[in-house]
Order: sequence, then C-alpha cells, then structure tokens
Amino acid sequence: MLQELNELLDAAPQRPDTGKFTLLRDSRTDGSFLVHHFLSFYLRAGCKVCFLALVQSFSHYNIVAQKLGVSLTAAKEQGQLVFLEGLKSCLDLVFGEEERSGQPNPLQFISGSVSNLKDLFDFVRTSLTPTDSDCWKGRVLLVDDLSVLLSLGAAPVDVLDFIHYCRMVVCSQLKGNIVVLVHGSEDSEDEENKLVVTSLCHHSNLILWVEGLATGFCKDVHGEVRHGGVLGGGTWQCHTVWRRALSALQDALSLLQPRISLICSMAKD
Amino acid sequence: MMAAGGGAARGGGAAATTTGTGTSFRRSGGSRLAAVPGTRPALRHGRLLLSCGVPSLDCVLGGGLAVGTLLLIEEDKYGVYSSLLLKYFLAEGVVCGHDLFVASAQDPPANILKELPAPLLDDNFKTERVEATAAKSEDCQDSMQIAWRYQNAPKVETSPTTSIKFGHYYDVSKKMSPELLQSIKWHSFFLPDELPLEPKLKMCNMNCGYARLLQSIQSVIYQEGFDGSHPQKKRKNILRIGIQSLGSLLWDDDICSTSTPEDIHSITKFLYVLRGLLRKSLSACIITMPSHLMENKAIMERVTNLSDMVVGLESFIGSERETNPLYKDYHGLLHVHQIPRLNSLICDVSDTKDLAFRLKRKQFTVERLHLPPDLSDTVSRSSKQDLAESAKLLSSGCGAMAIGKKHLDF
Repeated sequence: MLQELNELLDAAPQRPDTGKFTLLRDSRTDGSFLVHHFLSFYLRAGCKVCFLALVQSFSHYNIVAQKLGVSLTAAKEQGQLVFLEGLKSCLDLVFGEEERSGQPNPLQFISGSVSNLKDLFDFVRTSLTPTDSDCWKGRVLLVDDLSVLLSLGAAPVDVLDFIHYCRMVVCSQLKGNIVVLVHGSEDSEDEENKLVVTSLCHHSNLILWVEGLATGFCKDVHGEVRHGGVLGGGTWQCHTVWRRALSALQDALSLLQPRISLICSMAKD
Repeated sequence: MMAAGGGAARGGGAAATTTGTGTSFRRSGGSRLAAVPGTRPALRHGRLLLSCGVPSLDCVLGGGLAVGTLLLIEEDKYGVYSSLLLKYFLAEGVVCGHDLFVASAQDPPANILKELPAPLLDDNFKTERVEATAAKSEDCQDSMQIAWRYQNAPKVETSPTTSIKFGHYYDVSKKMSPELLQSIKWHSFFLPDELPLEPKLKMCNMNCGYARLLQSIQSVIYQEGFDGSHPQKKRKNILRIGIQSLGSLLWDDDICSTSTPEDIHSITKFLYVLRGLLRKSLSACIITMPSHLMENKAIMERVTNLSDMVVGLESFIGSERETNPLYKDYHGLLHVHQIPRLNSLICDVSDTKDLAFRLKRKQFTVERLHLPPDLSDTVSRSSKQDLAESAKLLSSGCGAMAIGKKHLDF
C-alpha cells in the first residue's frame, strides 16, 4: 500500500470515502500499480469489492496483493471479494457449450449476440447488492481496465451507459465507490477511447493521471502521478495539481517530491 | 498464470499455491523448479522463462520470454529480420525439446521448419570463438580514445559458455538437420489449407481465419495436455506458438491495407482470446505483425495494450541509413515498446533504450547502440543533422516506460 498516496489523497483504510468515482488514467506507461493499491486499500478497509479483472489472471493479482499484505484467496472465500476473471469467462464463452444454464456469461457482448453491456452490469449489481449475511462496511467496484472493452467490440456509448448504470447503483444507491482504470494519452489516435476517457474525466470525483517523465526515460524514476478532481456539483475544475514522481524500490513504489536534482540525474546516459 | 488451487503443481509457476507469507522470498527448490527442460525460473516474479533463441534479446526482455505471455514483433519493412527472429524462437524450441505450433498464411509451416538455423554445439562453437576472439583483439587495437567511457560499458550480450542449458547460439548459414526436427512434435496451421474445406463459421463475429486458428490452438492445448487437463502425463512440456504476419492481407483482414477497415475488432478479439489460452497453459507465443502497413494507428495502440511484450524492428535495408557511416556496424534498430509487469509492481527493464541489431558472423545479436562522438570542426551539415535526428530517435525510448514528450536540450 502506498502510504504516500494515502496521505496525498487524505484517505485512510479506517474511514473510506463513500459515493466517490475515481478515474485512473495512464499515458504511455503502466498505471496498474494503482489498481493493486486500491484493491488492497479497500480490502483492508473492510469493504465488499467487486473486481472486474479483464486483462490479467487471478494469480497475477494474488501474488502482488500478497506482497502488499492482503490475501485475495482468503477474501474470496470469505465473500469479501467477488472476482470476475475476464480471460477465463471469455474462454468459456468462446469455447464452451452452447446451452447456458442459469445466468448468462457477463461478457456475452463479445459473441455479438447482444450489443450492450447489460449482462456485465447485472453481474456487478448482483454481486454488490447487500444480502442478509453481509457484514461488510462499504461497496466498491474496481475495473481493470475499461479500454479493453472497446477492443472487444463494445461501442463507446455502451461502455458509458454501463458506467452510468454502475454509478447509479454503486455510488448513489449503495453509497459505495468506483475505481476505473483507462488507458489514454493526449496524442492517441484512438478516437473511441478518447471519447470514453474525456467523458469519464468529466464525471469523476478524483482523477489520478500517471504519465512518463517529461524529460525522458530515467532508470530510477518511473513517471509522474497527477492528481485532480471535481469540486462537487458536477462542474469540473482542477482541484490541485500536484506532480509526484514515482520510483520503484523492489516491489514497493514510493512517491517522491519533485526535485531539481532528479531531473539532472537522468542526464547521465 | 494458472488458477490457484488447480491440479498438479506446475514447474516454477507454483508460486501461486504457496500459502501467503506476505514476502516475495522464494526458496529455490531445485528439483521442482527445473522440472521443465529449457526453462528457468525468473528471480523476481517466479514465473518460468523461455529463451527466445537470441540470448541478447533475452536480456532485453528481462531474462527471457515468460511462459504464458505473448511477444509481438513489429515487422521490419521487408520482413527479413522478423521472420529470422521467429525461426530462432522455433529453433530454440527444437533444441530444448519443446513442442511447436507454427501458423502462417504465406509460407507453408513445413517450409518454415526446414529453414531453421542450425544450433552451434559447444565444440563447434569453441573454434568459432577462437576466431572471434582473434578478430576482437584486432578490433581492440583501435580502442576508443575519446569515448573511453564506452570501452568498458557492458554490451547487451551474454557469454555462450555461461548459458549452456538456457539460450543457445545458432548459425544462420546452415540449416537444422532433419533428424533434430524429427525428435520433437510439431503442429501446423496453414490458412490456405484450412479455409475451403469447411463452411464459414462465425465465432464471436471474428474473422474466419482467426477463429479457425484459435480453435486449432485450443484443440492442441487441450489434447496435448498443456493446460493440465491430462494430469497422468508425467512429463510437462512447453508449447511454443509462432504466428507469422498476423493481420496481413493474406489472413483476409484489411487492417493493413486501408485506413478505415471493415472490422477493427477481429484482431483485438483474437489477441484477447489468445491471451486467455496462453495464461492458462504452459505455452508462449511470438507473433509477427506488419504494423508498418497499418494506417489506422488506433488499432496498433489497442494491439499493443493487449500484448505482453512488444518489440519493433527497423531495418536499414533500402533506407539512407544503410550507407550512413554512423550505422555502419548495424543492420537495424530494435525498439522496445512494451515490457510486462507480471506478478509484481515493477518490471525488469534493461537500462538502455537504444538498441540495435546486427547479423554478424552468421549470428544475430542485439546490442546497445552508441553513436560515435561528433568531433571534428569540419563535420558536414548532413551528418550533423542526422546526428540530431538520431539523438531525437534515441531519446524517445520505450513506450511502456517514461517517454519524453519532447527532446529537451541541456
């Protein structure tokens, strides 16, 4: 867990926020460490988490979470974590039998038989709806990542509808949080992705934007995290923009204050 | 990789089944981890690594190609070096005893396998090495006087004597003997043979050729037990999948021929399903793609996001750099666009982004590129401009890592 990130966002596992939509955005670098961070953060906070892991396998997240001090297997067994392994569901859909008993596959839209993401939304809703035996404090929906839905054939409008419905249910009704990762750089040529990202930026409470360093590649410092947000009421203003440089130490990431000396040290080679 | 709590413990990938101690320390239990020949466990994330046939490229990729992942090679303009890399990958599979799956729409897989480079066995290589060191000592005579810092800088190359079991060297001028090829099992997929036989089946609205290829791969993985579905098989093995020129016109896909293709989702759906298949089996895949033909860059961005590693080759054939004295030792540049972060928050990345490759003395190597210093007063304007352009090229670096927005001058 990134302590510095928690301090930056003024967040603590003991008192998680409610009703917040956080957008994680990365440009030309990999922002998935933030997904791992939020996953372990909310599991420690005692929230029920629905994780749509669309790009990596369960063991990948499990191994990283163990390094951050949380066991996903245990959380799954206790019912705290509902894990959708996108790769596995897709294989079941593509190579599985025709008859499907019970619930439709959450990724049914890939087969082309339906064009919207309603099955995925139903999955999210049923997994986060409180039942009698629930003792978890909050509800969280975590998506890694949303841009891959566009690659799989969903239209941008369908993706935005899906997020809208999820916000209504998770943020407004259940007073939970949503954290979504998207890829998107400013000079990208993927128009559909740009549309989704821009639209989501306007509807988020908090945006964490991970980018590479402006000065180029540096071995020790991996990039920058920009932090901005919405000040209530739906109007989009830049709350505060802080640039923090990241560095990777073994398997922990730390946020550093930007320093002039860092920029000079990259000019070694 | 494989789901936790699955059947038999798999080689080094059994990291997922360890009861959480919360540390990343892995005991190197020798017999268990080295169960699969031709692989070695990665130190950082406990996955099994394969050699892709070129040891210097293994270094660039962080030790090798991890089992369960996909390496995408963006082809150079005439496809010369990318098909060579594919052959190295398959040849390495033959030498290690892995199974092969070769898919192509252009060259029959049997022909591709006939042209694999012959491995350099140790005694043959020793004589070659003697020649090489003799030649090297001549090179050292004109050692660098100005750029003496680079003299001792490590090249991106591993010594062949230290990697006997992992990573082999090959002689491109000789073909691999058919006996060696017969010792392994290989499967093939040749698109012209497949298509006319059965009616079009629409799987997930995907291009027919891709759909058939996926079905073929899945049936091989299932029947040969690479996904652990036949636990009674005593010896685990790796499946190396090599796909040539995916996305080209021969696959009946027009993403490489027009800027507004009819179906932009087929290739990305294919890659997603392939990723699912790779993650749940003991296999690794190299795909070469003629991305220089793609006018629609959005597709290439999506394809990059769906691949684990992306490496681009830019050869100097036919370009003005071929005769440029700055690049006289090299045959092309190697761009690393993406390196995966598997099972960890950070990745192994080599600290140099300026890589070039060359085919020297029948061997393909990837080396750090350094431009000679610009010394003399009477340096011509064209070479100065070229240097500046090259410097700009070098500073652009790797896409997955921090990439500079513009070339800043200090």
